[in-house]
Amino acid sequence: MTYSISPFGDCALMIEIHADSSNDTQQEIQKIVSFLETHPPVWLVEYIPAFTTVAVLFDPLLAVSDSFATPYDKVRTELQRCFQQLEKNQESTIKTVELPVCYGGEWGPDLEFVASHNNLSPKEVIRIHSSTTYRVAMIGFAPGFPFLEGMSEKIAAPRKDSPRLRIPERSVGIAGKQTGVYPIETPGGWQLIGRTPLRLFLPEKSEPSLLRAGDFVRFVEVSPQEYEKLEASYDQNT
Amino acid sequence: MIKIHKAGLQTTVQDLGRRGFQKFGVIVSGAMDLLACRMANILVNNAENEAVLEIAITGPTMEFTEEAVIAICGADMSPSIDGHAVRMWRPLFVEKGSVLSFGPLRSGCRTYVAFSGGVGVPEVMNSKSTYLRAQIGGFHGRALQKSDELEIGIPSLKVKSSAAANWGVSSSFITDYSTEPEIRLLQGRQYELFTKASQKRLVTERFEVSTQSDRMGYRLSGQSLSLEEPAELLSEAIIFGSIQVPPDGNPIVLMADRQTTGGYPKIGQVASVDLPLLSQLKPGDGIRFKKTTLAEAQKAYLEREQLLQQIKMAIQLKYGGNGK
Repeated sequence: MTYSISPFGDCALMIEIHADSSNDTQQEIQKIVSFLETHPPVWLVEYIPAFTTVAVLFDPLLAVSDSFATPYDKVRTELQRCFQQLEKNQESTIKTVELPVCYGGEWGPDLEFVASHNNLSPKEVIRIHSSTTYRVAMIGFAPGFPFLEGMSEKIAAPRKDSPRLRIPERSVGIAGKQTGVYPIETPGGWQLIGRTPLRLFLPEKSEPSLLRAGDFVRFVEVSPQEYEKLEASYDQNT
Repeated sequence: MIKIHKAGLQTTVQDLGRRGFQKFGVIVSGAMDLLACRMANILVNNAENEAVLEIAITGPTMEFTEEAVIAICGADMSPSIDGHAVRMWRPLFVEKGSVLSFGPLRSGCRTYVAFSGGVGVPEVMNSKSTYLRAQIGGFHGRALQKSDELEIGIPSLKVKSSAAANWGVSSSFITDYSTEPEIRLLQGRQYELFTKASQKRLVTERFEVSTQSDRMGYRLSGQSLSLEEPAELLSEAIIFGSIQVPPDGNPIVLMADRQTTGGYPKIGQVASVDLPLLSQLKPGDGIRFKKTTLAEAQKAYLEREQLLQQIKMAIQLKYGGNGK
């Protein structure tokens, strides 16, 4: 694994993974994350993984040592030592999640726009969007919001000129070459092509996000009737 | 219980924040001025992480339906109980039926009211902090409104009797909330991408807190900062005090309700020890940034924490050494 560590303020540091041909950056990040989950150092407050980085937030009071000039030096050195022992096949918790989506209509008011922008029919947009397996590159922007990699450029579409003030929760959108799902109601500029009955943000759960970075996602088209049925059944189960 | 007669500008339940959930995109929230929040809790013999009320600029009016012991720390908003001015930075015994109200803002921007025994709202993801956008935590996920009724703790006999004596935190500790503070600054992660002129302006010029400033971030105006050449960055983690610069050149300092990640280049990072000062600024106030080093910033942080622990021990002795 090729990586660098640099300070990030006085209570955090940033681990940056450098891509090389033999390694998948997401896999390396998963190894680090899984290590921090299973062997949390005493000074660890929390960590924030992203596309190519993992920020490690620490408590300087718990990283004071006579052997190091600063808490940062201690934290960095200990992480470096740990990473040398990271096993090649660190146990992985990566899963594949199928998200049912009702495309178009009131659920996806911008489906027609995305279609005409790309000289496709709405049906073709749905087919392309639901025939790809996406990778969750990171969770951020909003609670449980997945940045998904792997969308076909054939259905790319620019953001709206002025963002909507309210996007209903669980809307599926496209912005540029990315697709994603809004877990909570929020303002936003993405083109909305559908909606899933599945909740992505689960504040009552100990793990409040349905998805984790590294997971795989597939969208499965459902009819409005199926959507209503699923939505009612998910509501009952939560 | 307290009954809210007047809500104030923005009165929310906050603690030290929701830690450990940023990996799921859940923001930290929590008190803006963590130091004043902790001090208020220490003064009423609470755990430092107990929930308090955060009050911004214009204070609320609240009636106590039972006796309580409270402490008010942070901005001076001319607090009074039943019309009589009361001191801040010390425990106060409040009689049943009394009304706490606030007047003109004399210094700072946010004040904190801690109640001995805490605030009775459920924890969501290990925290009582209000996460306004997701409408979770705190009091029904929102700021307090007129007629709300909020459960508060009942002070122990020991706390009641000790709180009546005349003591408080020594003035040497109480932060002077300047409206033009000097704020210590570390280099941001993308510092080198900015022009030499921008790097220089950052630590020589005055920045003003604009009216588009809230718990999420402070937009600064007055000086435009620019990159050597346009850069496309991948989103990465942002933290309390990160200074990011969007393409319009006006820096944004990220505060308690910041998102977990951001894609704008970060020119600076406020030293943690100065975040409380920053949190007490309001629109129109000014900032001058001063360079510091990682070693200096960490030393200042540890010294501040050690001082706080000493004060905490002294206060716990007053309460019979039984503090949490």
